[in-house]
Order: sequence, then structure tokens, then C-alpha cells
Amino acid sequence: MRFDNYELDNFYDELFQSADQPRPAGAALVDRIHQLGPGELLQRQQAAQQALFKLGATFGVYGDNQGSDRIFPFDVIPRIISAQEWRHLETGLKQRIHALNLFIDDIYHDQKIIKDGKIPAELILSATGFQKPCMGLNPPEGVWCHITGSDLVRDRNGQWYVLEDNLRCPSGVSYVLENRRVMKSTFPQVFEEIPIQPVDGYPSQLLNTLLHLVPENIAHPTVVVLTPGIYNSAYFEHSYLAQQMGVELVEGRDLVVADGHLQMRTTQGLQRVDVIYRRIDDTFIDPLEFQADSLLGVPGLMQVYREGRVAIANALGTGIADDKVIYAFVPNMIRYYLGEDPILANVPTYLCWEPKQLDHVLGNLDQLVVKSADESGGYGMLVGTQSTQAEREEFAQKIKANPRKYIAQPTLCLSRVPTILEQEFVGCHVDLRPYILYGQDIYVHPGGLTRVALKKGSLVVNSSQGGGSKDTWVLCE
Amino acid sequence: MLSRVANSIYWLNRYIERAENVARFLEVNINLMLDIPTGIEQQWQPLVTTTGDRAFFEQHYGEATAENVIQFLTFDQQYPNSIFSCWQMARENARSVREIISSEMWSEVNAAHQMVSKASKDLSISDLSDFLEQVKQASHSFVGTTDATLSRNEAWHFGRMGRFLERADKTSRILDVKYYVLLPSATDVGTLLDELGWMALLKSASAYEMYRQSSQQHRITPAGVSGFLILDPEFPRSVQFCLWQAEQSLHRITGTPLGSWHIPIERSLGRLRSEMEYLMIDEIIDRGIHEFLDQLQQSMNEVNNGIYETFFALPPLETTAAPQSQSQSQGQGQNQSQTFATPQSY
Repeated sequence: MRFDNYELDNFYDELFQSADQPRPAGAALVDRIHQLGPGELLQRQQAAQQALFKLGATFGVYGDNQGSDRIFPFDVIPRIISAQEWRHLETGLKQRIHALNLFIDDIYHDQKIIKDGKIPAELILSATGFQKPCMGLNPPEGVWCHITGSDLVRDRNGQWYVLEDNLRCPSGVSYVLENRRVMKSTFPQVFEEIPIQPVDGYPSQLLNTLLHLVPENIAHPTVVVLTPGIYNSAYFEHSYLAQQMGVELVEGRDLVVADGHLQMRTTQGLQRVDVIYRRIDDTFIDPLEFQADSLLGVPGLMQVYREGRVAIANALGTGIADDKVIYAFVPNMIRYYLGEDPILANVPTYLCWEPKQLDHVLGNLDQLVVKSADESGGYGMLVGTQSTQAEREEFAQKIKANPRKYIAQPTLCLSRVPTILEQEFVGCHVDLRPYILYGQDIYVHPGGLTRVALKKGSLVVNSSQGGGSKDTWVLCE
Repeated sequence: MLSRVANSIYWLNRYIERAENVARFLEVNINLMLDIPTGIEQQWQPLVTTTGDRAFFEQHYGEATAENVIQFLTFDQQYPNSIFSCWQMARENARSVREIISSEMWSEVNAAHQMVSKASKDLSISDLSDFLEQVKQASHSFVGTTDATLSRNEAWHFGRMGRFLERADKTSRILDVKYYVLLPSATDVGTLLDELGWMALLKSASAYEMYRQSSQQHRITPAGVSGFLILDPEFPRSVQFCLWQAEQSLHRITGTPLGSWHIPIERSLGRLRSEMEYLMIDEIIDRGIHEFLDQLQQSMNEVNNGIYETFFALPPLETTAAPQSQSQSQGQGQNQSQTFATPQSY
């Protein structure tokens, strides 16, 4: 396969700067692909898919009863990011996560940012992610969000934007690691020719981040990953991370509060747990304080947590900054807490909560992307340019009924990467989710998950909506 | 190790061993039926009887024809002990302990599960022997991979205990098949047909060559074969050998020295194993082989229950009734109530 007929169509292409000219960072890859024999690339694509399937690198889809898991489609053409570009993103993300943590800490303590009039109190109090039981909590060293996955996109001009921050239980990092493993066996020569930053360090970094939360007097701490169980769509990842870190994967039913500590039920009796990397939402974690009918969590956990006898990553309450309305205020937070200008821009965002902006949104539904403030995974959204009149009317009703719940953003012309669709190279839209760990320092994992919309022209990259993924290559300096 | 995880590993191994033995049951009968002269009625009912799930079979199939019994034991998705269901459950259990087992073990389970699912969709009856062979092979492959990649830790011992208890139970049932299939016609005893039957039986336990080689008993006799499958201390599928392996693992888990006991389960397994050690086949034949096997299976069920009570049952601390897990509410709810490791009497 060759790129001879590949069309850029007036989008920003991550691999080509013009139809016949690869970007400098991608030249070696394009050469290599052109050297492959006929059919070889397709064979490698199939082999890669097969390898992932054999590995069982799968995700579950809610409401799909056809077997509880399916493979996350994978495309072998990687997305390449130059060292210089990456440095810019890295600095910007560190700044952003720093400010977001200061914000969360402030919200659950003095709420200075509200008192100083930078964010309306009403928005905070009405956010579903705001957890009253967390007021006054002091997580170790004031860090609330230890693991973040921020979604980035590029527009037609190649300008980067932050699309949203996932501060609760961001998924996908397991695919980053597995995709790389498969790519190294698919294109070994390319890895010899191009200096690419390795990604295998993630489990160690994550474990260090979690161990950093342990009080110093505990010599042999027990770290666990808390999963809702094998029916959760991200179960593969929960299990994978526990395995890679060599820690226990537990479910709520394995845990119990006894003698003032969180303990797990083992074949040798109860054993103390010191740190939880939780992959279930706040409101499921303790039925005594949050959702009473939740069977996923552990009764009494919140009290143990409050007393500082167990650490939780991410801390409870981080969901406040995961709200898409609050997201709109992140640039303000950066200026307010750090006194700096934001390095990475937000996508311009209209808050339906403000009457003037609401009018604009309702008048331009066919141009905008409307998102529900507290949903993820591509659920509860309207892509205006691809919607029908009926869908727009339905959304208008929903927005008017509950304006706090909705934001709108212009439809971005997401950048594209060549992708194999029906034995041809087609430019498909991508986004990027880098993973940021906040322990002793802030660490940005080099790469991240590139999600790709596997339908011609589609802008929706979520795995639950039929998207796929690519390996992300961050080049060495 | 977590009780839930230990339970899953125990059952992961039991289910794989069970699928292998169901394949062995079928093989022995197919081989026998092929050797039976035309005119003598084919016997498939005994296979159903020895599973202990006769009521289920009669309700769903009625008559015990070859086709019905084969479908029942291979691909019946409702029947929890079919080869298909066993691999399904094995995979679900493996999926819930992936972080504990080696990735090579997971790959084996995953690949075998795919093989069985595929066969369940498009297997023709003429390929049945190949399929049964593959099922046995998959089980061997899993066991070998486990031995080569898993540390001799608690997980390994729980797995070994599950596998050998399951195997002991199934060897006793394979022997029982013979009792039902051939004994009714007492006139056949000692004939060539009878000898063929005992040979088929040995082969289905992969015991033929080992039996021939074993000291003093090259000739095929009912007492010789029964004695070998129940009491031989060296053959890896004999009841005696399996109970001995299971007991060793039990003691490695609890830390109690072999030859002594602290908790009831150590006593009941130790007692059963040592009884096997000092029994003689003549005593068993005097009691009646079938009656003996029946009693043995009951004792092994009690051992299994003891293991459940000792290691897997949740401590009584739990106050909130939580029989089910629950999905996070990001979408439509789904069925969460399945448990994968429930002990089943077979």
C-alpha cells in the first residue's frame, strides 16, 4: 500500500504536511511503509488485531449482551508527536493539573475562589460531582487528583486545545501499553530507525504514585485496585494494571471495615489495606454516606478515609473538576491560583446556564456540539452538524428544562491521521488522551491514547461509540 | 490471598479438569460402542447416570440416544457440566483472576475457549473424536503452562487442590461407567468383549500403557484394572494419587505438617487418603465396586464442602446482604447476578 492517492481534504494531517510531503517526524515511517511488499501492511494489521484478541485486550459495552467483551479496534499507522511539540503539551498539562488540584482543595476547604467572585457558588453547589461528605478532607500533601487523563484535540490550524479533563477514573492506559507491544512486533525496524520514547514505565510510575500516599510508618503497605467487577467496561484495564503493578485486584465484596481499618478477606483471615486505587465512582464507594443502595462499595469506608487510615486515589470529591461546566473555568483557575497565563487553551465553551449564551446555543444547534455536563463516553451528546431536525428539537427541550446540565462547543475540525479503512488510507479524525500522575511530582506519561473515529467523516472517537485506537509515538529529543 | 480469588482459581482448575474428563467419558463410550457387535443394543444411558444429572437430562432430552447424550455432554449451553459450559465458566473464573495467574495461563484458557465456542457452532459429528482430543489437549496444555509459569504459591496450591479433587472424582466415575455398561450381562464376564471393555476404560483414563507396564499386572483383569485406577500410588489419575496430591497442597496452604491435623478439613481429607493407602482391591470387590465408588464420591463431596467452608465462605463480619455486584450506572443495567465459582455436585 502506498500513500500516492491519500487526500488531505483541507484538514490538519498529523503525518503529512502536504499531499506528497510527510512531516519530518513521519518521513522514516512513510518510507518504511512504501518499502513493504504488496499486501504486507494489511497482513500486519490483521496480525496485530489477532494478537490483541488473543491477549484478550478487550472492553465491555454497556447494554450489549453478545458476550461481555469485545476487542478495541486498532490501526497500525501510528500518530507521531515531535519532541518539541510534546514539551509544550507536557508543560501545559503540568500547569493545568497543578491548578486543578489547588482548586479542588480550595473547594473542599475555604472556597476562596468563590468568595473572590471567580466562580459562581451556584455552579459548584449544583454540580453532581460536588460531594458534601468531602468538606474539610485533607488528603496526603493536599493532592486530590493523582491520575488524570485529559483529552486534547487539534483544529484545522494544528492548534492544540484541551477538550475535557477526566479526573475521576480515566480509562485507556492499558491500551497504550498493549498497543505499543503489538506495534513493536509489527514494525521492529522502524523502532530501530526512529528514536521513540518508551511507554513501559507507566506501571512503575503509577505504583510509585500510589505508594507515595502511604503514611511513612507503614513498612509493608498493601496497595489494591478496586474494581466494580468483571462486567465493568474497563475491567480488562483494572485487571491489567493490578497485574502489572503486582498488587491485589479487589471488589467491594472483598473488603470490610473492621477494627477501624479497611481490611480484605483472605484465605488467612482479614488483612489491612493501606491504599486504594479506586476505579469506581465516588457515589458508589460507601453506601453509608453516598448512594445507599450501592452494593459496590464498602460500608464505613468514608469514616476510615476521613481518619486518614486509608488513602484513596483519586481522592473522593475530584469529580467536581470533572464537570464540563466547571471545565470552562479552568483558564481562570490557572490565573487565579498560579498567577500564570494558561499554556494550553480550552475549546471555546458556551454555558447554557447563562441566559445570553443559552440563546446563542439554541439558535445555533446545527453548528454546535452539545454535551451533558456530567456524562462521559460519548453518551448524552449532540453533534449539531450531523443531527436531524428532530434530534435538535429534542435537545433544545432538554437544555431548556435543565440549562445547568449542558454546555456547547463549536464543532472543531479535528486533525486527522491516515488510517486503513477497507484496504485504503483514509484520513480519520483523532484525539489524544495523555495520562498525568501526581505523586511527589507531576509526571506526564510520554504518549497517551490516540483514539480514532473509524468511520469516514465521523468526529466521535469514543470506544463505546465504535472508535478505535492507534499507537502514539513521542519522539526523543 | 483473597478468598474470592482462591475460590476462582480452585474452580478454574476444576472446570478445566471436568471438561477434560467429560471428553474422556465420551471417548470411552464411543470406543466401546464401535467394538460392540451389531445386534447388541448401544448403551448411552449409563453416561447420563454417572453424571448424577439424570433429572436434567430427562427433562431436556428424554431418550438417551447417542446424539442426545453427545449434545448434552458437549455443547449444551444450559447444562452447567457440558464441555462448553465448563470452558465458559473456566474462562469467566480466569478473567476474574487474570492479575494473579500468568498471562500464558490466560492465553491458554482464552484460546481453548475460542476453540470450544467455534466447535459448538460448526462441528460435524464426524469430527467429534478430533474435538474430544483437542479438549483433552487444551487441558493438558493449561496444566503444563501452569506448572511452567506459576510460582508455587498459594494460588498454585489452590489450583492443584481443585484439579486433583476433580480428577479423583472423575476417575471414580469413569470406573463406574464400566459397572453400568458391561456388568448387566453377567454372561459376558471373562469374554473377549469384556476384556475390550476394560481396555477401553484404561485408555479413556490414559492408563493403558502405564497399566501394562506396572509391576505384576500385565494381564487385563477386572480386579487389576479397578485396583490400578483406585489404589495405584504412582499413576497420576488414580484416586489414591490424586488425594495424596490434594492433601499435600492443603497442608502447604495451612502450614500444618503432613501427618497431623488442626482443622476439620485436614482431618477429613487425611483420613480419606490414608484409607485408600491401606485398602486392598479384594476388600473393595467384596463390598461391591459400585457401592464403594458411591461412598467414595460422597466422601469427596464432603471434602469439597470443607474446603469451601474453611477458605472461601465469607467471614461472618458481613452485615449487609450483598449477594450480587452491581454495575456503575453509566448505561443500561445488566445482568450481574451470575456467580462463577459455585460448587456443584456432579
